[in-house]
Amino acid sequence: MNVLLRNPRREVAIDGPIRVHALIAKLAMNRESVLVISNGTLVSGDALLLDDDVVEVRPVISGGA
Amino acid sequence: MKCRVCREPAVIDLPHHNANFCTEHFIRLCHDQVARAIKDHHMIEPGQRALVAVSGGKDSLAVWDILLELGYEADGLYVGLGIGDYSDVSGTYAQEFARSRGLNLITVDMRSEHGFDIPTAAWATRRVACSACGTSKRHVFDKAAIDGGYDVLVTGHNLDDEAAVLFGNTLRWEVEYLARQQPVLRERDGFPRKVKPLIRLGEREMAAYCIVKGIDYQVDECPMAAGNKHIGFKEALNAIEERSPGTKSVFYHGFLTRISPQLSPTTVAERGELLACERCGSPTTSDLCAFCRIAEKASAHEPVPVELIVRSRGRK
Repeated sequence: MNVLLRNPRREVAIDGPIRVHALIAKLAMNRESVLVISNGTLVSGDALLLDDDVVEVRPVISGGA
Repeated sequence: MKCRVCREPAVIDLPHHNANFCTEHFIRLCHDQVARAIKDHHMIEPGQRALVAVSGGKDSLAVWDILLELGYEADGLYVGLGIGDYSDVSGTYAQEFARSRGLNLITVDMRSEHGFDIPTAAWATRRVACSACGTSKRHVFDKAAIDGGYDVLVTGHNLDDEAAVLFGNTLRWEVEYLARQQPVLRERDGFPRKVKPLIRLGEREMAAYCIVKGIDYQVDECPMAAGNKHIGFKEALNAIEERSPGTKSVFYHGFLTRISPQLSPTTVAERGELLACERCGSPTTSDLCAFCRIAEKASAHEPVPVELIVRSRGRK
């Protein structure tokens, strides 16, 4: 599946099926710093992502204070 | 994963709550946490008019939405900072949120109303961009709240923001800043009452709230903030939080209950030794307030594109 990443915006190809927790680990990201959206819906850590899903890993950290 | 409340499929897992939630109960959790923060810290009284500082990002749109859901009267304030496409897109999200709900959004454009934008301010004053931006926004927020007769100014600072600021100030033992870090800043001459209703919710929750509520927001990072030390503090805290869920909340709320009461306010502002700015009348400790000192230099400077700031930072 193509996974959309942000800041900077880019896509990476990941083989499915894969669970959300495993995807975040594979991307070397911190689960506290991202959310995963599959086919337009927020999904929890144990959700299974399939090859034809449209997946976005969305960062949640913003810089202002 | 099942929702802790109803056992339906969960959309989010929150390790620091040791629980998972479906959409309906996650939204309820967010509303309850904000209602509790408001009640615990006496942030907003029934019938008071609130002005929400809205950037177009997740936190400010979420707090505006939640306040309205909780029944508060709240208008929005958007400040056009002039940070290239980033500001243009951010403004669109703020305007669309207000338009689609029939809300009142006050807009202040820095370039047209104050004669400069944030990239030019950062360049002309040689200040860190986020510092020039923060000073400018606070001035505009304060003035709009006072001029508009609002009882309270609301900002979207969340638990992660506050924990990161606390972390940075603690690392440097900035005792004066620590004494000032409160979820409520009371109104004083020239300053409105300021409150932070999101202190019980983290960034991940606020982004999730916007997603499940269908609130479109600016996801991209401000090009001038990218890589700043505040983000570094957040990343460090998240690395700890991942191994020890709940640490950010214990760190910040423990500070509020156990340390903050022992810190006496030490600022000149708290001691009441303020003058009126010669130019704008705002409270200040010198002849000109910090905003007018920025405006004096920046408005006399040719407009500086944000790309120049970003490129110059990359060369350092």
